[in-house]
Amino acid sequence: MSSATLEKVPARPASRRVGRAPSRRDRWSRRAPLLPALIFAIIVTQVPFLVTLYLSTLSWNALRPGSREFTGLSNYGTVLSDGRLRAALLNTVVLTASSVIVSVLLGLGLAILLDRKFPGRGIVRTLLITPFLVMPMAAALLWKHAIYNPAYGLINGVLGGDTDWVSQYPMVAVVATLVWQWTPFMMLIILAGLQSQSLETLEAAKVDGATAWQTFLHVTLPYLRPYLELSALLGSIYLVQTFDAVFTITQGGPGTATTNLPYEIYLTTFRKFEYGEAAAAGVVVVIGTIVVATFALRVISGLFRMEVQR
Amino acid sequence: MRRLPWTILAWACGLVFFFPVLWMVLTGFKREADAASNPPTWVFAPTLDGYRQVFDRDLTPYLLNSLMASLFSTLLVLVLATPAAYALSLRPVAKWQDALFFFISTKMLPAVAALLPIYLVVKELGMLDNVWTMVILYSAMNLPLAIWMMRSFLLEVPTSVLEAAEMDGAGLLVSIRRVLLPIVSPGLAATALICFIFSWNEFFFAVNLTATRAGTAPIFLVGFISSEGLFLARLCAAATLVSLPVVLAGWLAQKQLVRGLSMGAVK
Amino acid sequence: MTLAACSGAGGSGSSSDGDKTTITALMVGNPQMEDIAKLTADSFTKETGITVKFTILPENELRDKVTQDVATQGGQYDVATIGAYEAPIWAKNGWLHELSSYADKDSTYDSADLLEPMVKSLSGEDGKLYAAPFYGESSFLMWNKELFAAKGLTMPERPTWQQVADFAAKLNDKQAGVAGICLRGLPGWGEVFAPLTTVVNTWGGTWFEKDWTPKVNAPEFSQATKFYVDLVRRYGEAGASQAGFTECLNTFGQGKAAMWYDATSAAGTLEDASASKVAGKVGYSFAPVNKTKSSGWLWAWAWAMPKTTKQADAAWKFISWATGKEYEKLVGEKMGWSRLPAGKRTSTYELPEYKQSATAFADITLKAIEEADPTNPGLQPRPALGVQFVGIPEFADLGTKVSQEVASAIAGKTTVDKALADGQKLAESVAEKYRK
Repeated sequence: MSSATLEKVPARPASRRVGRAPSRRDRWSRRAPLLPALIFAIIVTQVPFLVTLYLSTLSWNALRPGSREFTGLSNYGTVLSDGRLRAALLNTVVLTASSVIVSVLLGLGLAILLDRKFPGRGIVRTLLITPFLVMPMAAALLWKHAIYNPAYGLINGVLGGDTDWVSQYPMVAVVATLVWQWTPFMMLIILAGLQSQSLETLEAAKVDGATAWQTFLHVTLPYLRPYLELSALLGSIYLVQTFDAVFTITQGGPGTATTNLPYEIYLTTFRKFEYGEAAAAGVVVVIGTIVVATFALRVISGLFRMEVQR
Repeated sequence: MRRLPWTILAWACGLVFFFPVLWMVLTGFKREADAASNPPTWVFAPTLDGYRQVFDRDLTPYLLNSLMASLFSTLLVLVLATPAAYALSLRPVAKWQDALFFFISTKMLPAVAALLPIYLVVKELGMLDNVWTMVILYSAMNLPLAIWMMRSFLLEVPTSVLEAAEMDGAGLLVSIRRVLLPIVSPGLAATALICFIFSWNEFFFAVNLTATRAGTAPIFLVGFISSEGLFLARLCAAATLVSLPVVLAGWLAQKQLVRGLSMGAVK
Repeated sequence: MTLAACSGAGGSGSSSDGDKTTITALMVGNPQMEDIAKLTADSFTKETGITVKFTILPENELRDKVTQDVATQGGQYDVATIGAYEAPIWAKNGWLHELSSYADKDSTYDSADLLEPMVKSLSGEDGKLYAAPFYGESSFLMWNKELFAAKGLTMPERPTWQQVADFAAKLNDKQAGVAGICLRGLPGWGEVFAPLTTVVNTWGGTWFEKDWTPKVNAPEFSQATKFYVDLVRRYGEAGASQAGFTECLNTFGQGKAAMWYDATSAAGTLEDASASKVAGKVGYSFAPVNKTKSSGWLWAWAWAMPKTTKQADAAWKFISWATGKEYEKLVGEKMGWSRLPAGKRTSTYELPEYKQSATAFADITLKAIEEADPTNPGLQPRPALGVQFVGIPEFADLGTKVSQEVASAIAGKTTVDKALADGQKLAESVAEKYRK
């Protein structure tokens, strides 16, 4: 692993054949392995997306059969001017950012703790990844009923009192559950990075007189940056779509305090039964995510830039 | 070096994180009245009543369906993702960044919004309540993650090894099989495990696209939530049972998992 | 099961190979439904040769799935449990098979035995039955006899809400962890608004008047809601804004609440000594009133047959068995008489075994159901059916959104006035559709 870092070839493999531009055959032989996955992904994901686009141009309330009719872009107008959706967007941002940031930080801390050898290290590592393996629905139910419940939940059972955690601190309650589930995932990625760090570099820093804290700050953290970024990226993609936790723990409430975009779209689909509106909302979410992701990946993150060296 | 406090802290964190799971397992052995008692019951007379009720409900078909859907989708994903990752890392296509971005963009449409279009398409194809539909869907769901992960593992392969294989005149397929696969097999295992976990735990598409034949484990689990009775104990029993296969696989493979991820979640 | 899945057979919800017919059933995970899942194979299937495959889901997921399936003509299920809310609406949309003709042809079914309010709430505009009631319920007030006796208080048979509030004040004991009353506060049109709408009704309020004028922030609705929210905030259970039937069942069943106003179906569990600590100590009174004579709600879980089914006859056989007299006796004998799916037939309340096991609450349940009138539950005429809901498709969304605000008020995060003002606006946009 670390050897690869030292042996990195700065130029792309194609340029190994000095002077020759890639031939047509060469280009197709490169594409061939990609094609099955690409075609599969295109068919299975783009066909529904096209259907979503089509649905978003319809005014279709499922509970009034025979009311399906083409209305152009009016659904987008409804969606973009809906105050509830704007609130949901804000909630989504808050929820995703808090969950990702907290779980990455916690994951970083735990990874550092696990980076050293100590008795029972394997067991502790196992204990720490268990939350990630439990079914999210089951985890949400467990937290809602067995932990948060003011009458018979664990928190009040241990701390006393009868604070209604879910009603008083709804966002915190949801974020805590999500952090519990996703910290192991972050921890594993960061731990991998820590363990692949070259010992020689660390020794060199020590020899130069750096304290443990300085080594961490100036050697380890920069080295970990791509790992932190990847875990943040993957975590964000999954956490933006959080639905189970909101649905189970707070039903988007109290009021709309924890209604995020997926939950709001769910309400539009399964309470209002406005299928056209829901489709339009979905398309808006996709466009928004693409904008944010493009910005994040190409401008902030080094993930795309780094790889060019290959 | 003062090691002890850090060791204690590590153990404390491990126990704190594990505790809710432990509570869930224990609650499965309580009577309903004890499971949701105020204050919580720490000492109790265990009963197998919850588990009996779970087994009363014929768990096997659901587990088998989950197993089929998760296994086959994981296999399909690996078969598709590995060559694709190869084409985005070791012998990259010209527009590899765009391809990578495309794959990750397929995960941007919220499942809630995608459900109805997928439901309509699947209904037209007559594939509702069919395990194979779930296999295809889960494969599409996990493909981006698998490609990103496999790509990083492949990037870890030392160029010297590749060059040596090329010098030996090995063709593309041969070099994949004989040279690359052994080196990235820990990475393959890690990717496979994560895809398996995500497929096993998937609930939303499963509940809406299956009926009585292809129902998966998560659907079995929520069937215990009742709006007109107490259910916490048997729900925990069901949750424990349904999580067991994944938890066991995770525990056994977690060494492999760490090594796998360390082989290059990122280059 | 796996082989069937392997074979790639999918699409339609049922099959018929040779003389073995299979039908698929989707139902909510309530105790009565669990019983039928257990009993079908040995009784129904043995007698008729029809296999029934069940899917059990919680109420929310069930509604979502069955509505989507029926609305898009998915045809995945031959029978499904639906509520008194959906039945008339879906009948109007032409999604359900009409069952009266089947019932009339079936001599043993005895549809005249079915309780009239039940039939009314499950009929379409043509007066025909579109869903066969499986079990029905109204609402009443449950109170802890021991706690009342300890303070020397007596609960009348037909209390008023003011009396109830006074009792709650006297019996609320924070130190002992006992709430004066337990009331729902969970967001959901069928959750907090089930009891709350009945309070609104008996205060003389309504969601809509006959001409569709919305009255969500009218004085009556407002006062009723303020009363409810104040009562639960002052003397109610902890975590009320997230408390639904289950949480209250728990609280009251552990003896941590002096009173509980909720569904009559709670009595079955409360009188079960293995699940409840107050078995035998519960008193039952009619739903508290203010300006009306009665205020109990009306709800039924019923079996319906989507029109997309390809096994209508087999489906009817199952429905008639499940909602028939024989099945009730079967449940009584095999599972216990208190588990009988009651609240739909007059004959149930004449069964000696049932009367014995349910002495405390059988009569009052029957009377409560009989007194509920879904066409006229309050002081003014209504534009749609429903006691604790408005029988229009838009109500699920409207009720849920307003309930979120009310739950927020219970949690102390907003005021009732603001919640109802928002509700009025939402109701206005619904009313516009109907006034045209």
